[in-house]
Amino acid sequence: MSRTCLPLWITFALVLLMFAAGASQFDGFASLRVVTNLISDNAFLLVTALGMTLVILSGGIDLSVGSVIALSGVAAALLIGPYQWHPLLAFALILPCAALFGAGMGALIQYYQLQPFIVTLAGMFLARGVATLLSEESVAIEHPFYDAVAEFGLELPDGGWLGATSLLTIALVLLMLVLTHYSRFGSSIYALGGNSQSAQLMGVPVARTTILLYASSSMLAAMAGIIFSFYTYSGYALAAVGVELDAIAAVVIGGTLLTGGSGFMIGTVLGVLLMGLIQTYINFDGSLSSWWSKIVIGGLLFFFIALQKLLSHKWQNKAGGRA
Amino acid sequence: MTNEGVVVDQTHQDQSKADQLKAARQARYSPGQSAHQFSLYLYPLVALALLLLVNLLLDPQFFSLQWQDGRLYGPLIDIVNRSAPVALLAIGMSLVIATGGIDLSVGAVMAICGAVCANLLVLGDWSIPAVIGLAVLTGLACGLVNGFMVSYLGIQPIVATLVLMVAGRGVAQLLNQGQIVTFQNPDFAALGSGSFLALPVPVWLVLLALLMMQLLLRRTALGLFIEAVGCNAKASRYLGIDDRGIKLTVYLLAGGCAALAGIIATADIQGSDANNAGLWLELDAILAVVIGGAALTGGRFSLPRAVIGVLIIQALSTTIVVSGLPSKFNLLIKALVILLVLMLQSELFRNQLKTLFSFGKLRGGKA
Amino acid sequence: MSEQSNNKSATPVLQLRQINKNFPGVKALQQAQLSLYAGEVHALLGENGAGKSTLVKVMTGVLQKDGGELLLDARAQSFATPKDAQQAGISTVYQEVNLLPNLSVAHNLFLGSEPKRFGFIDKKAMANQARQLLSTFGLDIKVTAPLSEFSVAVQQLVAIARGIAPKRGAACTKVLVLDEPTASLDADEVQNLFQVLRQLKQQGVAIVFITHFLDQVYQISDRITVMRNGCFVGEYQTINLNKAELIAAMLGKELCQQRHQAPCLAVEHSEAILTARQLSSGQSVQQLDLDLPQGQAVGLAGLLGSGRTEICRLLFGLDQADGGTLSFAGKPIKLNNPAQAIALGIALCPEDRKTQGMIAPLSIRENISLALQAKQGWWRVISKKKQQQLADFYIEKLQIATPDADKPIGQLSGGNQQKVILARWLAVEPQLLLLDEPTRGIDIGAHAEILQLIRQLCQQGMSLLVTSSELEELTAFSSKIVVMRDRKKVAELNGEDLNPDRIMAAIAGASV
Ligand SMILES: Nc1ncnc2c1ncn2[C@@H]1O[C@H](COP(=O)(O)OP(=O)(O)OP(=O)(O)O)[C@@H](O)[C@H]1O
Ligand SMILES: [Mg+2]
Repeated sequence: MSRTCLPLWITFALVLLMFAAGASQFDGFASLRVVTNLISDNAFLLVTALGMTLVILSGGIDLSVGSVIALSGVAAALLIGPYQWHPLLAFALILPCAALFGAGMGALIQYYQLQPFIVTLAGMFLARGVATLLSEESVAIEHPFYDAVAEFGLELPDGGWLGATSLLTIALVLLMLVLTHYSRFGSSIYALGGNSQSAQLMGVPVARTTILLYASSSMLAAMAGIIFSFYTYSGYALAAVGVELDAIAAVVIGGTLLTGGSGFMIGTVLGVLLMGLIQTYINFDGSLSSWWSKIVIGGLLFFFIALQKLLSHKWQNKAGGRA
Repeated sequence: MTNEGVVVDQTHQDQSKADQLKAARQARYSPGQSAHQFSLYLYPLVALALLLLVNLLLDPQFFSLQWQDGRLYGPLIDIVNRSAPVALLAIGMSLVIATGGIDLSVGAVMAICGAVCANLLVLGDWSIPAVIGLAVLTGLACGLVNGFMVSYLGIQPIVATLVLMVAGRGVAQLLNQGQIVTFQNPDFAALGSGSFLALPVPVWLVLLALLMMQLLLRRTALGLFIEAVGCNAKASRYLGIDDRGIKLTVYLLAGGCAALAGIIATADIQGSDANNAGLWLELDAILAVVIGGAALTGGRFSLPRAVIGVLIIQALSTTIVVSGLPSKFNLLIKALVILLVLMLQSELFRNQLKTLFSFGKLRGGKA
Repeated sequence: MSEQSNNKSATPVLQLRQINKNFPGVKALQQAQLSLYAGEVHALLGENGAGKSTLVKVMTGVLQKDGGELLLDARAQSFATPKDAQQAGISTVYQEVNLLPNLSVAHNLFLGSEPKRFGFIDKKAMANQARQLLSTFGLDIKVTAPLSEFSVAVQQLVAIARGIAPKRGAACTKVLVLDEPTASLDADEVQNLFQVLRQLKQQGVAIVFITHFLDQVYQISDRITVMRNGCFVGEYQTINLNKAELIAAMLGKELCQQRHQAPCLAVEHSEAILTARQLSSGQSVQQLDLDLPQGQAVGLAGLLGSGRTEICRLLFGLDQADGGTLSFAGKPIKLNNPAQAIALGIALCPEDRKTQGMIAPLSIRENISLALQAKQGWWRVISKKKQQQLADFYIEKLQIATPDADKPIGQLSGGNQQKVILARWLAVEPQLLLLDEPTRGIDIGAHAEILQLIRQLCQQGMSLLVTSSELEELTAFSSKIVVMRDRKKVAELNGEDLNPDRIMAAIAGASV
């Protein structure tokens, strides 16, 4: 048990280390405000990464999430703006549509035996294509509901503020935690990732799981798009380019294997936090040029991944020796 | 005497029995059906042919070639020429994918190598072979970094190369100090826009790279080893294949290919734009390799098929331009066509198509 | 020749009639048939590649039949997926261990029918039930550990246990299919398994039992169906068929074999090619003294997990020694990786062909020539023609059942895969060949062939170290047998002592 959780603890330690590094260098880094901002700034990434974790655990990958974020943002903005829908009504249309989109990709992967990477890459082009078709310009959102949501939140000491979207994100994290580790659907996902052939032989409903899986991922991405629209008050077809890679990176840094079958939902949360902290750190510095910040991000990413690898390797060897 | 006869008879019977057994066994097997190389090439080629056909319908001049100043011009040449950088990337990417890895950094490596070239040329006093050599060395160094992270640190390929994808573009911008660095050097520019024996130089470079790689991989056992490592790295280690060395090698080669692609791209626009050089080309390269029929989980690869994949992608982009649709439809059409091309490779889909067509025929016949 | 089926009950629980199944280049099943009655153990026998596993897969919905019919309780049925078959009451343990190495043992046992509490999976209850279930097999392991941490034998037992575990929403088990369940088990574990089978039989379950161990057939089965070349040969009562007749039915000819030949001692007293002194590696091998003489076969016996496989790994450079010395052909050596060992002339045919041996998508030809190629280095390529010659030679010699050498090895039957892996190492012509369970899953005809081959190799001066759970087999060619227990060498038997009883005693820990 402890051995499988080891990478998690190491990642957790690294998050603390990063936080400590920031706190020691900058005034005001070590505050609850920074922590809550971390959550609200990365809420949409976190929600996306949750879905991505499901997919990666099953041995697949979903490259379409960034575009789905953009598409759902644009769709929401258009429905709320020009079409005068109530936001909740718009969301009620968008989320099932996204799920359907994901299910479609899942079905292609399952029934035509196409590779997830490519199907979702096509999905990525498709979603962004539809988004550009809907509107090539950024569409602003103005609605009392958005203002009301922005007001709503939990006041914490030390300047901390958990807004509605942060609360929603936390709820989603808890839901996904239970779903992956304590439900049959979760077990089936791990089974698929372990070996889909064996899973099939063992009677796991492979087709249903695959389709549901991609549907959830797309739906979570659409949810992330909505959260993002609360953050930017707009929808834009070119928003969230490359978010899929950030999400994948977060999942992998969280200790999930891309080959599938091994990893934890909570690891993904840690991965997102770590990436967010790196970004916060750079923002706090403020003096870096845009290229230096890219290099520093890359360097820190490398540092943490390598450290994580070395530490878990070392401890695993030790544990192996003792056993 | 009689006794002997019986014995002879016995062995004779045994013999015929053994023959019968053998015949029964052979009747069950029909050799020569296991290898189906042909169909692997068939569907990508069919897809390419279909795309070209659509182009021909849209533009009757599509297949025309003009001869001007010792060089061929025409839409077909254009397609081949434009696909050169991605083709080079796809050659390297094929190898990486064959080992079950992926290299997201090739676009950034293109940018770095382009920046290296441009800056050296601006500085002056560097001979062109030296510039090319340094750029290729830079690419190899990038590949080395990737390969080291993947094979010796055991980091998963997608994140390992993501690091360089993010940081690499930063490095390129750093080299260019955030500017677009342009240079005036006709000799170097010829690498991107010149021609040789009627064809553009980039096309020759691709052919050369393809040939060299093909020789390197298929005339030695390297290709087989790459496939073995991609199929089952553990079993390969048990066979005495140095799986880590092989993985390192493929990233190295991919870095080298990316460097060449970067050189062509830089020479073509006579400048280095660190922000946009090679941007998202890694996805095109991966797409091409998969359209060529490779599995991202590793295993069999074929460089010619990957190049066919590149041609398909480029032909598609050309089609979209030729069709005259507003550019906002680009992505949508690209997505749909790619899906169609991929589906063509799925046996189930082909069978469904067949039944659909035969239904159509039936109805047509009755009507 | 076939006899009237017996009278126990009028209709069979499961009946397969005139089943056909084709793969590209192979008519895997031609008019195959099988009938199963409640409360019997039915042995399904045949050579490697006869079509046994294919029949099982057709019967359980993994493959779709091309022709014929399947009757369950006298009603025609067809299963689209393994799950359908499971729901209808057919539990199956397939030939290769088909479990999920990433999940815990308990989860593997109950995947799909996990015990729940308030709608959530109850992991504690699952672990408890798992422990209970495994105790019927005398297995006491940490059920929360991932399956990948355990040996093939344990995984096999877990697979069998999963086969008999109750399934959610399924009819009670009517048919249990076991495809070579005993291939990697040792004698005690086999007896435990048979105990369980007898219980199930009493409860009226029909059991299909596939194996290449004929002794086990006579121990447990009531009736036998024999297949050859994808066809049905006959159905027999076990008590009415003696071993020779059975073998003749399977092979289509008598097996001419001379059992219990003297061990091959081509060279009476030969130099040791490999010597180990006080060799240790972590906890897995402790202070091993070992001499492997030139031109002789040494047997390595012991229970599973006694350190046999670990010795092979150590001598092949897969694990590193952390104490003691090793010398090969008179020179001290240190092995860091298999490539070094192979360069010296040491080869290992590994225990687990699925993960350590075959490179499934590659062809037989490539699989056979790869080791030789790796030894030669990547720049000196073996031409396709040479590869083809090698492949053809071994296909003929080991009677590998395949239409041609271009077939991917993953599509061969289990026994034939094993033969290809063996051929791969023979092609290297090493000085010392380590064989870890070389005859696992190999049919009786080829088995005799391989024993013959081992003798031949010794005659040619090759040295062998052969690990096996089959003591009969070990005594047939070994000049010396090393017995391991708890990761230590406990005995070295030779001369008079080379018989299964003595080895058994040494394994069990009686004084030697
Ligand atoms: N997926 C497949 N594709 C192509 N051919 C196959 C496939 N599976 C099995 N075959 C062929 O069908 C024949 C029967 O194989 P099968 O696995 O049923 O043999 P078996 O009787 O179980 O042998 P063994 O005792 O070695 O396990 C073999 O010649 C094999 O090569
Ligand atoms: Mg079989």
